[in-house]
Amino acid sequence: MNPFSSGTRLRDMIRSIRACKTAAEERAVVRKECAAIRAAINENDHDYRHRNLAKLMFIHMLGYPTHFGQMECLKSIASSGFPEKRIGYLGLMLLLDERQEVLMLVTNSLKQDLNHTNQYIVGLALCALGNICSAEMARDLAPEVERLMQFRDPNIRKKAALCSIRIIKKVPDLAENFINPAAALLKEKHHGVLITGIQLCTDLCKVSTEALEYFRKKCLEGLVKTLRDLVNSPYAPEYDIAGITDPFLHIRLLKLLRVLGQGDEDASDCMNDILAQVATKTESNKNAGNAILYECVETIMSIEDNGGLRVLAINILGRFLSNRDNNIRYVALNMLMKAITVDAQAVQRHRATILECVKDSDASIRKRALELVYVLVNETNVKPLIKELIDYLEISDQEFKADLTAKICSIVEKFSPNKIWYIDQMLKVLTEAGNFVKDEVWHALIVVISNASDLHGYTVRALYRAFQTSTEQESLVRVAVWCIGEYGDMLVNNVGMLNIEDPITVTDSDAVDAVEVAIKRDCTDLTTKAMAMIALLKLSSRFPSCSERIRDIILQHKGNLVLELQQRSIEFNSIIEKHQNIRSALVERMPVLDEATFSGRRAGSLPATLSTSNGTSLNLPNGVAKPAAAAAPLVDLLDLNSDDAPAPSSSGGDFLQDLLGVDLSSASVQPVASHAPKAGTDVLLDLLSIGTPAQSNSSPPDILSSSKDNKLPVSTSDGLSRPPSQPVHTTSSGGAASMMDLLDGFVSNSPKPEENGPAYPSVVAYESSSLTLTFSFSKPPGNPQTTMIQATFTNLSPNVFTDFIFQAAVPKFLQLHLDPASGNTLPASGSGSITQNLRVTNSQHGKKSLVMRIRIAYKLNNKDMLEEGQINNFPRDL
Amino acid sequence: MIHFVLLISRQGKVRLTKWYSPYSQKERTKVIRELSGVMLTRGPKLCNFVEWRGYKVVYKRYASLYFCMCIDQDDNELEILEIIHHFVEILDRYFGSVCELDLIFNFHKAYYILDEILIAGELQESSKKTVARLIAAQDSLVETAKEQASSISNIIAQATK
Repeated sequence: MNPFSSGTRLRDMIRSIRACKTAAEERAVVRKECAAIRAAINENDHDYRHRNLAKLMFIHMLGYPTHFGQMECLKSIASSGFPEKRIGYLGLMLLLDERQEVLMLVTNSLKQDLNHTNQYIVGLALCALGNICSAEMARDLAPEVERLMQFRDPNIRKKAALCSIRIIKKVPDLAENFINPAAALLKEKHHGVLITGIQLCTDLCKVSTEALEYFRKKCLEGLVKTLRDLVNSPYAPEYDIAGITDPFLHIRLLKLLRVLGQGDEDASDCMNDILAQVATKTESNKNAGNAILYECVETIMSIEDNGGLRVLAINILGRFLSNRDNNIRYVALNMLMKAITVDAQAVQRHRATILECVKDSDASIRKRALELVYVLVNETNVKPLIKELIDYLEISDQEFKADLTAKICSIVEKFSPNKIWYIDQMLKVLTEAGNFVKDEVWHALIVVISNASDLHGYTVRALYRAFQTSTEQESLVRVAVWCIGEYGDMLVNNVGMLNIEDPITVTDSDAVDAVEVAIKRDCTDLTTKAMAMIALLKLSSRFPSCSERIRDIILQHKGNLVLELQQRSIEFNSIIEKHQNIRSALVERMPVLDEATFSGRRAGSLPATLSTSNGTSLNLPNGVAKPAAAAAPLVDLLDLNSDDAPAPSSSGGDFLQDLLGVDLSSASVQPVASHAPKAGTDVLLDLLSIGTPAQSNSSPPDILSSSKDNKLPVSTSDGLSRPPSQPVHTTSSGGAASMMDLLDGFVSNSPKPEENGPAYPSVVAYESSSLTLTFSFSKPPGNPQTTMIQATFTNLSPNVFTDFIFQAAVPKFLQLHLDPASGNTLPASGSGSITQNLRVTNSQHGKKSLVMRIRIAYKLNNKDMLEEGQINNFPRDL
Repeated sequence: MIHFVLLISRQGKVRLTKWYSPYSQKERTKVIRELSGVMLTRGPKLCNFVEWRGYKVVYKRYASLYFCMCIDQDDNELEILEIIHHFVEILDRYFGSVCELDLIFNFHKAYYILDEILIAGELQESSKKTVARLIAAQDSLVETAKEQASSISNIIAQATK
């Protein structure tokens, strides 16, 4: 019986798999075969191991699991015959990779085979080692490989050389052992050995400067001579490709010369002549020749400066660029990208051609060309280039638009000579490809618009016109809606007319129409709707005549399923209906947005921005910013969120979201800001939380509330951001109190605190190694449910605490109000204190006593610290 | 360095895969699916390079088969085209005008040939003749082993008759 011909043969299995008409049939055949192979494995069948492995490999290639065959590979490798070893090593390379533990088991067999008397078996082992060895194996077997680099047969030497590449990549420390044997290979005549030896030297140079210095000193001349001989060699049929002797060897030599010449003038000088010869003599009508030229150009560009050679190289690239073959044009663009750092002027000469390549039908070429254009842009050519790119944006493929838009926006932002040009270009991009514009880009546009006060009228009119022609592009709609809301009056009255624009007649109701269209578009997402809602509120004040109509539009959303919109609808309705007197102050124009802050934020946290802005549509665009642990004063006010999201995401998104929500709050800042000018921004942000969805408040039974030192208005806004079910009391004065009236049910009805209630003993409420908190109590007369607490914080540590914030939470039956603290810096060693007044109202007075959970955050040497605790030792009857 | 070599038929069937960088089984499947999608849909006149996940994929179609190699950003794309052609020519000589079926039924032979051309993702031999000679020598080793085995089993069979 012949063990190689019985059973289902490999050929038969492949045939039956190919005969399968459906995937299910194929699975059935594979399952049957796998079962048979498993059975054979269990019986430890030697005769068919060879064939079973081959079958497994085929099955593996089809994508089925074959891990059960891994051990068979090892067994097959361990057997003595060449055929078994050959298939075993093949299986090993195919079915395993370096990360599998099983691989370690093969180290011993490999070692034996590397020392085998049969050179083909040595070859198999080297090949497997070179393809899949892990770092551990590399360490174990490096001496064997090193020795084999001097083996008598060149086929083993070349395999050992490539194997060494893998070894030094896995374990760079071993590099120095290979320097000498590698240098010896460079003197070989056998092309295979020479090619692999040169490759090894190149890789050695990458991991070891010692190797680089050595080869530069000892081998450079030999390499130049080898290349010269090769270039001038007569026809050699064995290595000839398209009339060139061994282009592979050419390319590897050029690559190694590049590594040696880089950063060394003498070495570069030494190779100038031969590079010039290669660059001029190589035939460029076939791919092989072009491959050599391409490599040669790269070498010329990388080695130390030689003006004449560089001209030669740039000329070659110019020829490549005008080649009809797409491959050649692609590599030309690729290389020009590198050339630009060397000789920008020379690359600029090809600008027109490169710009044509941006419009190529081939996506790979377009991408390369676009990247090249991106680096070619400077102040002088930005206008024509951008014009070309924007013109092309109209007709480009959908899938290319995203890339193109991003690049255009980035160029425009970077090089815009003036604001009007910036705004013009951005409007064009928004109109053409607004859906591809990233959020931070249109946010930046709004910041710019806001800062260009003389262009407000122009911009809003231009946006209005653009919006009339196209409402398809989401971000165009958003910017338009924002601007109409802010500058609606300028739209109608043609204020700030520039002489370049045509006058348009827009009535009040036209402007409202535009926003109404925006809010009613089918595809409008939540952000846009919310922005439109705010724009409407603003317009209701700008155009009193349309007030009723606007209210109707707003009211259509009072039953909206999205809480955010519903809440805005109801709140805005109430503003329009009941608070005429303060409305105009509320919706005044936004203060100019701070460009520096915005760009700082953007630069600092671009990834965060992306993640925020690309999130789900439920990512609500109001002030629900996440508190940033270490961040600016902007965020530490965000009381309500702080218990569920202490993640240090100082996201640029916060600010961007401000932009959206700010519309509402900006005006309200005005009256308040005068009370606390320092706190301007903070208040701004905090007020945004007027639209805070209940989600952020809903979780805890005890509502965390906090207050911030010397920022009076804050407590007001704390109140605003509460859900309607949690009435709050406030002690705020004047302007702030009137703010409260905005929302029905928030009317302040608590009496002013008075200090002469019955006396209670003070308690040390909280004490840690560094901090003591003392509470002293008093009751306002005639209101037994309410307790006034004065909290005194003392710092026992030798370091000053800065940014000190105290927060407290109470169970539902209690209501807590915090007044601003006396300061936010706590001097060291008990040499001072911060006091803060709290007012607690106990709805279960007499039944339950007070309880409170606290959290104290501060900075110690700029490091964020957090202390938490629970206070149970309140005196009874409070 | 070449990170992997793929041979994919026009129908998207995998005919040969060789991985020189570690990819888990899951990643391999994903890579194959992604790249065959890209290659098979590209028009005939377009360039043979696709930028993909920070790497470059050089592919070339021969009859019904796409040969594809993934390389680093700064490798020579044109040279890879030559290496692919080198491989194809060697296959062609070995099988005698190679076709897809040869590579299906003798897939292991295709792997043996590839192993004589590339190791560790680098070119090993630029002479087609040398590769052919090495493969032939190893094939004959296998043949001799087979004959020995069958003669031994014949002897055993006769002896036990």
